[in-house]
Amino acid sequence: MSDATAYKTPSSQAPEAGFGDYVQLLKPRVMSLVVFTALVGLLVAPVGLHPVEAFAAILFIALGAGASGALNMWWDADIDAVMKRTARRPVPAGRVEPGEALAIGLALSGISVVMLALATNIAAGALLAFTIFFYAVVYTMWLKRSTPQNIVIGGAAGAFPPMIGWVAATGHVSYEAALMFGLIFMWTPPHFWALALFMKEDYHAAGVPMLTVTHGRKSTRKHILGYTLALLPVPLALAFSSIGGPLTLAVALALNGWFVVGALRILRRDEIQAQSDNYRVEKAFFRFSILYLFLHFGALLTEALLGNYGLGGW
Amino acid sequence: MAFPPSHELQKRRFGRNLGLGLVLAGFVALVFALTVVKVTRGDPMQAFDHKVRPELLPPDPVANDAPADAPLPEAKP
Repeated sequence: MSDATAYKTPSSQAPEAGFGDYVQLLKPRVMSLVVFTALVGLLVAPVGLHPVEAFAAILFIALGAGASGALNMWWDADIDAVMKRTARRPVPAGRVEPGEALAIGLALSGISVVMLALATNIAAGALLAFTIFFYAVVYTMWLKRSTPQNIVIGGAAGAFPPMIGWVAATGHVSYEAALMFGLIFMWTPPHFWALALFMKEDYHAAGVPMLTVTHGRKSTRKHILGYTLALLPVPLALAFSSIGGPLTLAVALALNGWFVVGALRILRRDEIQAQSDNYRVEKAFFRFSILYLFLHFGALLTEALLGNYGLGGW
Repeated sequence: MAFPPSHELQKRRFGRNLGLGLVLAGFVALVFALTVVKVTRGDPMQAFDHKVRPELLPPDPVANDAPADAPLPEAKP
């Protein structure tokens, strides 16, 4: 668009994108979780990286996550426009062209994968490439619109960052990396189903087959408890692994006890009760689930830092 | 002559160009830093330079006895 035509743009038309719109395209809030978990995966690994290599590794893992976010926004622009939570995103709001989001997603995917492989090792780059493919193609293009198990399987995409961080440092996958993956993988369903409960009509309107839409809210409440119980062994196994210790065990026991209590409180409620207090319990469970993950990985990080002073670990 | 105030669109474009410029500058700085780290932490970057360098010879007692100004070993095809 030239300056001459720009001044003639009708006020009803969406304004041209600013730099912040392109940042929004990369889902910075999701990125913060990716940065944190990948950093923990990298720092708890038994092999240390040079600080510049470690910084580059985290940056390119985050960039890869951002790239898959841009691809997700390109593909999902139609349903994002229908849902209140996502309608203000740059593509459905018209500030960024869909083709532009696709180009940015593809370009950043290539840059992040190649640069991670060069900065650390090929295995880490390959794992990042697979993660982007899994999120953009397997989850976004296939699972999300076809099965209520979408976030159960798709949750794997969000679970890879700590594993990539570990592989960037060590060059191979180990059981500790698999347990960190398992923690996020098993945590994802109760986290998102709690969100789906109080997002009410959003998923219905968009035609996304979330569990709340296909099986109803009562069944979703049961599923939240079931998956919360299935999650329990993973943090406990992590606590007894080579990267865990007494602190991790104490944190795991406290957080998981509270998580199960939250899931039980959700199960005991029905829709009338939930609507009467505007989904207070469900929202509290959702907020706590974010804290749950940060504290678990924070405990692992603390354990590794204490290890430098002869403390921490078993 | 006073310049007219910038249009909102021009401010937006300036912000976009500035942001992209800073990102590219940061990328160049990171690649430079990575290069320095990789080069300084890599394997010893020396080779035979017309003279035998004892530190590059394999740990073979016979080879280690060779004088420093001995001719280069014959390259095998």
